Amino acid sequence: MSRTIFIYAESREGKLRQVAKETLGAAQLIAKEGDTICAFVAGSQITEAISAILPYGADHVVTMEHADLVHYNPDAYFAAIKAALDQMKPDIVLFGHTAIGRDLAPQVAAYLQAGQISDVTAIDHEEGETIFTRPLYAGKAFEKRVFESTPAVVTIRPNNIKPAELSENAAPSSVVDIAYPAPSLRTVIKDVVSKATGKVDLTEAKVVISGGRGVKSEDGFKPLEELADLLGGAVGASRGACDAGYCDYSLQIGQTGKVVTPEIYIACGISGAIQHLAGMSQSKVIIAINKDPEAPIFKVADYGIVGDLFEVVPLLTEEFRKVLV
Amino acid sequence: MKMVVLMKQTFDTEEKIVVKQGNIVEDGVKFVINPYDEYAVEEAVKLRDEFGGSVTLVSLGPSRAAEALRTALAMGADEAVLISDDRIPDDEYAVSKVLYTYLSKENPDLILGGNFSVDRGSGQVAIRLANMLSIPHTASITKLTINGTTAEVHRDAEGDLEILTLPLPALFTAQQGLNEPRYPSLPGIMKAKKKPFKTYTLEDLDLTEDEVKPATKQTELTLPPERSAGQILIGEPAEAVSELVSLLRTKSKVI
Repeated sequence: MSRTIFIYAESREGKLRQVAKETLGAAQLIAKEGDTICAFVAGSQITEAISAILPYGADHVVTMEHADLVHYNPDAYFAAIKAALDQMKPDIVLFGHTAIGRDLAPQVAAYLQAGQISDVTAIDHEEGETIFTRPLYAGKAFEKRVFESTPAVVTIRPNNIKPAELSENAAPSSVVDIAYPAPSLRTVIKDVVSKATGKVDLTEAKVVISGGRGVKSEDGFKPLEELADLLGGAVGASRGACDAGYCDYSLQIGQTGKVVTPEIYIACGISGAIQHLAGMSQSKVIIAINKDPEAPIFKVADYGIVGDLFEVVPLLTEEFRKVLV
Repeated sequence: MKMVVLMKQTFDTEEKIVVKQGNIVEDGVKFVINPYDEYAVEEAVKLRDEFGGSVTLVSLGPSRAAEALRTALAMGADEAVLISDDRIPDDEYAVSKVLYTYLSKENPDLILGGNFSVDRGSGQVAIRLANMLSIPHTASITKLTINGTTAEVHRDAEGDLEILTLPLPALFTAQQGLNEPRYPSLPGIMKAKKKPFKTYTLEDLDLTEDEVKPATKQTELTLPPERSAGQILIGEPAEAVSELVSLLRTKSKVI
């Protein structure tokens, strides 16, 4: 029997996010012959995001545009997606495991009385069954999970599942705009302080430069930021650096905090406590810079430099600048 | 103000994970209150001290979870409920159904929980509950202010700060930075022993095993492949850095 797979194609400030293409890629991995993939784009001023998803192979694109959707409001977004779900009646609903997906998916799962598998890092098929791999204990272990019932809700971790590819003949067979249901909103957004505007989101970044206690102060993050800006990456931190007040907790990587899986992870002045390792050890290439040659971080790093980060990091920035020109 | 805190007992984050015969070994492991739930307990106790009312802890888990509840009682919560039944599967659909059944009769003004649990890390149960109870919620809050029947919260959204207001009753999940959880004091520990502590099974909640059938199931559990120590680049910093960039291009092929 053919199924409908519904993806939430996340956009931010009107632009389609990379994770939206990965979510569509996940749907294509799950889809069997005859299944239909429907992508849902919602927000305020989403023309650009809609055009951005069109060439990636969704069968249908459903859109919803309204001023209430300019920022993520759980009430507004739930009402919005509910209207789309009621129309499409999907068997599987997919989200990115982002701030929005983490909030919206469980609401949808509750509404559909569905099971949900969160933070999926891989999707495989075994004997006709779709198997979802996800981390436990922030990556200290992994489990494979299957659904026992439909509908099913899934969130996928950014940076882990291959994004959908551009396909010339893949224009969707329909693009339909659904009216925003205009619910009365209980939650009111009073203000959004955009500290992250223009910056690469940590969980999506291909390059993460992290600082630990070794950065010594708020200013100590400056050389890390310079390198991150050059590489188009994001800055993260260990719990030690957050606890010491050098940076905001939103940057924390570890078992309490964010889990990142970039292509390059550069740990600067981080000793490598087990909680921190849990949050970053799935990175493709790990580089450690630390004064202490005995620091546990060197045990997991692909490359290590024993030295003062304040000397090494600026040199590294200079070297990258040379080769990237 | 009637408050409920959703709490889970988890492995201490310093614990290594050992898998034997497809299961995670729990022998000799130190268990703690899920770190995010600890912020929720602290916030509820602070609000109770400010506005009066009561703080009820609710946990679903094995009997050992009673220790975590005792600790939270010693932090100042008023009473604890442990829902413990081997027939409740490890699946968020089922777990939220059980908790909903309990909470739907309680009508609290405020429900607090952790942002996610550091073991399963799925971050579903609290938000599912808000939806099932038809109350508004904000996840990942770093500040909570109550003004009469309205709450103003700060939410951490991927580095941005959102300031939201919503009416009570409401549900919030705690993010790091919300507060600094207190350590249980000795008098607190003594008092905790006398506080009401209830244990419920499925029957006590009028639920059948059939009603809590899981929607998802684990089929395999593995440890990640171990990372072996790589190459230490020796020499003057400038040389080491130059070698590193060259290796990233030629050997690792990431730039």
